Amino acid sequence: MPLPVLLMLSMALLAISIYAVAVARQPGGSRRVYGAALAISTLALILTLTHLLTAPEPVTLTLPLGLPWLGAHFRLDALSAFFLIVVNLGGGVASLFALGYGQHERAPERVLPFFPAFLAGMSLVVLADDAFTFLFAWEFMSLTSWALVMAHHQEPANARAGYLYLVMACFGTLALLLAFGVMAGPNGGYDFATIRAGDMSPGVATAALFLALLGAGSKAGLVPLHVWLPLAHPAAPSHVSALMSGVMTKVAIYGFIRIVFDLVSQPIPWWGGGLVLALGGITAALGVLYALMQHDLKRLLAYHTVENIGIIFIGLGLAIAFQANLMYASAAMALTAALFHVLNHSLFKSLLFLGTGAVLTATGERDMERLGGLIHPMPWTALAFLIGAAAISALPPLNGFVSEWLTFQAILLTPELPQWLLKFLAPAVGALLALSAALAAACFVKAFGITFLGRPRSPAAAQAQETDRYSLAAMFTLAALCLLAGILPGLVVDGLGPVVGLLNGEARLVAQHNQPWLTLAPIVDAKSSYNGLLVLTFMALSGTAAAFLIHRLASNALRRGPAWDCGFPDASPATQYTAGSFAQPIRRVFGSIVFQAREQVTMPPPGNGSPAKLEVKMRDPVWDYAYMPITTAVVAASTRANDLQYLTIRRYLSLVFGALVALLLGMALWR
Amino acid sequence: MHSLEFDIAHFLAGGMVVISLLLLYQDRLYALINVFALHSLALALAVGWQAYIQDAHHLYVTAGIALLFKTIFIPVALHRIIRKLGIHRTLEVVGGVGRDMLAGAALVALAILVMLPVTAGADALSREDLAFALAVVLLGLLLMISRHNAVSLVIGFMSLENGLVLAAAGARGMPLAVEISVAFSVLIALIVIGVFLFRIRERFDSVDMQAMDAFREERRR
Repeated sequence: MPLPVLLMLSMALLAISIYAVAVARQPGGSRRVYGAALAISTLALILTLTHLLTAPEPVTLTLPLGLPWLGAHFRLDALSAFFLIVVNLGGGVASLFALGYGQHERAPERVLPFFPAFLAGMSLVVLADDAFTFLFAWEFMSLTSWALVMAHHQEPANARAGYLYLVMACFGTLALLLAFGVMAGPNGGYDFATIRAGDMSPGVATAALFLALLGAGSKAGLVPLHVWLPLAHPAAPSHVSALMSGVMTKVAIYGFIRIVFDLVSQPIPWWGGGLVLALGGITAALGVLYALMQHDLKRLLAYHTVENIGIIFIGLGLAIAFQANLMYASAAMALTAALFHVLNHSLFKSLLFLGTGAVLTATGERDMERLGGLIHPMPWTALAFLIGAAAISALPPLNGFVSEWLTFQAILLTPELPQWLLKFLAPAVGALLALSAALAAACFVKAFGITFLGRPRSPAAAQAQETDRYSLAAMFTLAALCLLAGILPGLVVDGLGPVVGLLNGEARLVAQHNQPWLTLAPIVDAKSSYNGLLVLTFMALSGTAAAFLIHRLASNALRRGPAWDCGFPDASPATQYTAGSFAQPIRRVFGSIVFQAREQVTMPPPGNGSPAKLEVKMRDPVWDYAYMPITTAVVAASTRANDLQYLTIRRYLSLVFGALVALLLGMALWR
Repeated sequence: MHSLEFDIAHFLAGGMVVISLLLLYQDRLYALINVFALHSLALALAVGWQAYIQDAHHLYVTAGIALLFKTIFIPVALHRIIRKLGIHRTLEVVGGVGRDMLAGAALVALAILVMLPVTAGADALSREDLAFALAVVLLGLLLMISRHNAVSLVIGFMSLENGLVLAAAGARGMPLAVEISVAFSVLIALIVIGVFLFRIRERFDSVDMQAMDAFREERRR
């Protein structure tokens, strides 16, 4: 029964979109629209959660919409239920946040109508059960999110980001279209049930894998298809950024999983898994390096999304490799890790983007170099942001640690694979993953430290105010979920059981709910286990003990002294560590190779009072080597084709005539 | 199979191809229009004959339209237009009869080579008709690209359209509504083209396409 209700809820979201056109300009309009979106998302969340936990039998429904001979097929199974939870959780929290945040929107008529439609589009992608409905919903999702990216189109950077996003979205949809075309075969069975039941040749399966990598990868932000993501995600209003980064990339991953693990009936060759694994590793490492070099808070978060997509794809690549070798128990581990990270990333990335939104409302600044000291005026935002930063840095007892730990557990199972290439590749990717985890921690020490600690670097930061209750409620909901998923990982793993079973030939991890003390023991207790509750208890006890000892043994007298008093009692805030200086060591080590970073120091000669200058130049290797050649070729081709625009009418007719005769000649000779 | 009916249909359709070839080397506009009228007459007869042997009454309407509009009305209108434009005495330089005839013959051969193998399953009558119709279409296109005068362009376009109607009639008839709408669109095209011819003349003092191209070349710089 939940499927028709879910579809009706999506329709209700679309209706709210239309309603939002009418009320966008009214004073209370934004409250009403976001309130309705919140209510619908919550309802859908409860429905899907109960469906996943109680009756994971697939439900299907065919409506006489769309193509006349196909109809619109919808299906709710464990996989779509899980991703619907991600979508509706993210959508609900973003709506809650926007109840407060949306009040500050300068152009509500550009945001309100598209926001519920965007949510509906994402839900429909996940529910679609035929290629046409899937692609239609996918394009709908892309276009509505594009409209949201273009909400503040007056800024040239946003317009450029929107254009790039549109180009990449078209490219991705084209790849997916071809993927479905290849899988449907010459008989054109475009509903997923037919595709699932049909037998494919191994070549078709491989082609579908490549096309799904291109199509879903470009949406998710897989290197080298990520270029649009760090430009487009920050351009949207913050609650939409949270949705795009936290949820829409997950819908893209849903598309990949649906095609590769569900629809492709032929086993994917093992090297396909190796390819996905290698791409995931490169994406993770490059993404976090990019993120470290950013001083714009939202852009940093967007680049960091690229890293997390890499981690998820590492899990998926391992799962493909294990499945190709019929090692379903190990594949269950890898899949659980990937899906767990999907949930986790949607939680903490949304949380961080919402926190950035709160900072943006309070100060009007996104540039870290102009923030600082916000922990004093905004203590609650700072706390929520800190929890998110710790979770994304994979610190126990929060949720990020669990999924990365599971990914490492899956990597540790790879020596059992028979292929030597994978035996060597997996540890290398593991090293990249470890590197990116460490760099992520550095990245978020920088993000939190520069933004919230120290002293304000601009008057705007000095006059910041704590954000409103709705925003805080949204952030703390997510923070609480981060903590819960971290200390009760067994419940999440059990909830993921039906999803993993669906994708993995009914093989799943052992049930965790009867493990003692909420321990997570994916294989056997003796081999590896993790207990978030224990870690939390230990941290709480040792923290309390340390605080107690310090307060007991140290002097009680409260002292307030000037900070940074190294001979300059009234040093300006500019003498603090900056975001740039924080990233400098890592830029020296990695950036000089990866980004060809070049630093140039200009020292004024003695006697000259002008300040010294440090210039850093960086190049994006992906842009330089992958995109510039394409751009150059397109420009060159269109310059040449431009001549065709100024022909005389006889020349045009001659062209038509020549083409016709050539085609007929070809036809006559061919036969 | 080779009955009298088939022979007559074959004759009329083949006659259209021959008249299309005739169109190619008419260097006087009056003669061109008159030959076009003959072309349309042949079309009307061919379609009428098809209507008779297929016993398809709506094709009589098609034939009537061809006779009324394309054989009488359009040629008369074009006569008036060129007299008003004062170009009825101009000679159009045609590229050379030999060259045009060779190109035309090659196109006819191509049309037959393409059509006959493709339509192997159909009956002989419609196969021949389709091959001839394609030849007429190709010859019309050739006429359009080998002429400079705008009026000749119009004639080329109309003869091309005649080829399409021939194809449709041969292929067991197309719905009458389609045929009528095509006929009206051709008429409207004639009106629009006629208006344009006068407008073009007003601006450029000529309906020679080359003269207009010269203006375009200047604008382009």
